[in-house]
Amino acid sequence: MPHLSTYVGLADHSERTLADSFRTIARGHAQVADVFHTCHLLATMSDRHRADLAPAVRRYGEDDIEEPERLHADGLAQPRSGEIGLLRDLQDLHVLATLVQTTWTVIAQGAQGLRDRELLEIADAASAETARQLTWLDTRMKEAAPQALIVAP
Amino acid sequence: MSDRINDIWGERTPHRRGTTWPARVDQHLEEGVEDEQVDRWVQSACLLCSNGCGCDIAVKDGRMVGVRGRPGDTVNHGRLGPKGLYASTPWASSADRLTRPLIRQDGRLVETDWDTAMGRIVEVSRGLLEQKGPLSHGFYTSGQLFLEEYYALAVIGKAGLGTPHMDGNTRLCTATSAAALKESFGADGQPGSYTDIEHCDAIFLFGHNMPETQTVLWARILDRTRGEDPPRLVCVDPRRTMVAVEAERTGGVHLAPRVGTNLALMNGLARELLTHGWVDDDWVRAHTIGLDDLREAVAPYPPEEVARICGVEADDVRRAARIFGESDAVLSTVLQGFYQSHQATAASVAVHNLHLLRGQIGRPGSGVLQMNGQPTAQNNRECWADGDLPGFRNWDNPAHVQQLADLWNVDVMTIPHWAPPTHAMQIMSYAETGSIGLLWISATNPAVSMPESARIRRILAGEQCFVIVQDLFLTETAELADVVLPAAGWGEKTGSFTNVNRTVHLSEQAVAPPGEARSDLDIFLAYAEAMGFTDKDGEPLITWRKPEEVFDAWREVSRGRPVDYTGLSYDKLRGPSGIPWPVNDEHPDGTDRLYADGAFPTDTDDCETYGHDLLTGGAVTEREHRALAPAGRAFLRGAAYSPPHEEPTSDYPLRYTTGRTVYQFHTRTKTGRSRDLDRAAPDAWVELSPADAGPLDIAEGDWVRVESPRGALEVRARIGQVMPGAVFAPFHYGHWDPDDLAPDAGHRLANELTMTVWDPVSKQPCFKTAACRVTKVRDGDGPAPAPSTAASAPADGDVPAPPVGAPTTSEVLTRTPTYALDPSTRRS
Repeated sequence: MPHLSTYVGLADHSERTLADSFRTIARGHAQVADVFHTCHLLATMSDRHRADLAPAVRRYGEDDIEEPERLHADGLAQPRSGEIGLLRDLQDLHVLATLVQTTWTVIAQGAQGLRDRELLEIADAASAETARQLTWLDTRMKEAAPQALIVAP
Repeated sequence: MSDRINDIWGERTPHRRGTTWPARVDQHLEEGVEDEQVDRWVQSACLLCSNGCGCDIAVKDGRMVGVRGRPGDTVNHGRLGPKGLYASTPWASSADRLTRPLIRQDGRLVETDWDTAMGRIVEVSRGLLEQKGPLSHGFYTSGQLFLEEYYALAVIGKAGLGTPHMDGNTRLCTATSAAALKESFGADGQPGSYTDIEHCDAIFLFGHNMPETQTVLWARILDRTRGEDPPRLVCVDPRRTMVAVEAERTGGVHLAPRVGTNLALMNGLARELLTHGWVDDDWVRAHTIGLDDLREAVAPYPPEEVARICGVEADDVRRAARIFGESDAVLSTVLQGFYQSHQATAASVAVHNLHLLRGQIGRPGSGVLQMNGQPTAQNNRECWADGDLPGFRNWDNPAHVQQLADLWNVDVMTIPHWAPPTHAMQIMSYAETGSIGLLWISATNPAVSMPESARIRRILAGEQCFVIVQDLFLTETAELADVVLPAAGWGEKTGSFTNVNRTVHLSEQAVAPPGEARSDLDIFLAYAEAMGFTDKDGEPLITWRKPEEVFDAWREVSRGRPVDYTGLSYDKLRGPSGIPWPVNDEHPDGTDRLYADGAFPTDTDDCETYGHDLLTGGAVTEREHRALAPAGRAFLRGAAYSPPHEEPTSDYPLRYTTGRTVYQFHTRTKTGRSRDLDRAAPDAWVELSPADAGPLDIAEGDWVRVESPRGALEVRARIGQVMPGAVFAPFHYGHWDPDDLAPDAGHRLANELTMTVWDPVSKQPCFKTAACRVTKVRDGDGPAPAPSTAASAPADGDVPAPPVGAPTTSEVLTRTPTYALDPSTRRS
């Protein structure tokens, strides 16, 4: 099952990237109180997904092979500034979270095929929480967009 | 004659369960005025807390000289509290009333005329509209204007200008009430009624210091707990309030969770109900959705875990849950201890979960009262603020927005509905950067009342935003404005307002406003006229001139919505009692309690919101909501506890929380101008527990410095009834002082320490969760200026009682009037 282990590795890596990026954006927009606190909260969800995945990582390993590895996205090393910068940062987080979510979808499908109940539960639970992360990002972008696009200094 | 400073709740009129609350008429006239000298009594309702007591205003020689409770009013049965009695009228003839507009010239505010002031506003407004469009305009209003004023402003803002940046200080007091009701029941609207007090056998008060915040409602409860067959009380509060004392007296429980841990406690109570099978399974199956998710959400909170998180006894959690589970009619009330604390909406929704699990809603005695902080907050919610459109319409539902566009005859694209109306803290952030370039503040004092006040002062004083303030006095906020407009107050204008119990009252003009002061409605209409807003046919958008015309227009907007006013008119409101909505063909005399049929406004096409993730605030979409097919069933919603945003550290080892005293309201604009109330609570203080004060060598009355990472205050310490580990500060005191005598006027503002952070769903700021440290500055020379009554009573030792208040009269009626909707009256 070389490719499943690759995807297990991808889930682990991309959740870590997402958690780090949430924290980077929280720090970069610390004056935006809800972004600061909610991004920290959402980062802990990704931390938990990695911890939950740990038994599966031990069972399947975390193989890196070349082809799917290209899916890796770079995290957000530097936050942008201002209202439009926040909007762009939230959008980047959304891209990362989408990668995480589709990764869990693929793993869940693999787990179904293998009849691996434990891995299926891990993937389903993580996927549901990733949906919450995406929902918040979507909600927050919708709120911020008009002001940022039209009148922000 | 009774001194209502020391006798806060007045004479008891105890009665048996299921019988009508007796009537008692309270009255106060200013010194030197006798009954027979009053020229006339003018119908109104009290504006000095959210209770909304029906009252008449005494007028003599063109001045307001006192008030009297209306015995036939369903809200108060004739009673008034100390704030209403002593503070309703003295402010009106105060020498420092604003009587002319002010405009800033060379850095100073100078008197001017209306044409100049309004001309300047219109010039800035037009300029910004041309340069940046309507998103450059923000409005921050109040919980103390009239319905007609909110609605007029809503039409100006949403159909005239087209800005989403409109909110009220209701965001600070009542946003969570609205949000929690929407999340559980689909729409705002108080489910219960004050008459539930007469029929319940248990009352749970969640973060609600009712004896000080709504004194007349508390008198109503005392008349049950001191009568035959009394209910048991359960109190959730970090201070040993009079509720806590009464809970212990009636065989109930006082739970004092650590500040910021309410949700863990609530999850524990729900888990106990589920574990013991204290659930009405048939009712839950028929009338709710979400049971399995709730069961899963509360599973991790057994009583021992609650005890660990909250610092309460596990057995007290069990006892409280048992009282809830074994009583046959529970009434719950909720206020700022939940609304202004961490995870506000989730914790308030959790109260609904308990009632829904027990099927105890919509029956006499079984109800929920999500309270409001202010007398007209409800109207702000109905008309436009706190996240929704007029008439409890859903901004996310195109059909609802189209209804408004049709009613106002404007293009639907004019009405901002791409996101919820902008909340107050976000409006301030936009004003901070100049993204909002015109901020219009009416009847509120954010320089004192908003969190992290140093930041708010900087925003209001800065050049980046043009600030208009409309008020009775030159408040701490008005001092920072570019234009100040003198407003008429209560009794100087006509309008209606709705209390926490959905009861609508008419408040008639009793006297003329002073000088050139104008009603807030007239000011808004003058702006609209000067701006020349038109509808899509080029006709004037706004044609009303009188409050009654605005009321009639609002009535049409409310038609068919849960908040239905169609059966109301000014004439109908001139009867003996206020009338609770909905009032329509089906309920011509009004409605005592909602959801008697167990049908909730959760249908996707009707609901006011599709709901949110209570933990993050992420919005549920229309499609997701439709897939749930709620169809009139209420939502059981759970959420995990998360720790507060700021926990104590070694640098800041204590928890800081803010609140009120019975003798003051808000930033004291009115109550501070009542001699009786001012003498009872003249200056700020902080409360420490004996356990925390001892090691710091702090004794009663010592001067202390309380610091958080954001700011500090220096006031005197009361060694009082707050739980160990917590520090309580009253939030009323800014630098304004009626006699300029306060020794700490420059450093007594409680909000210097609070955080800029808000609940993810209701967007209500947290005023009750910050970390702080306390150091002694110097010895005091007597007790702290804190009242020795109610929750600020000293832990021990002799502290003198407040000075005696002016005499008031109080007469218990031998024959209780008939109250049209009262279930006790109907039964007998």
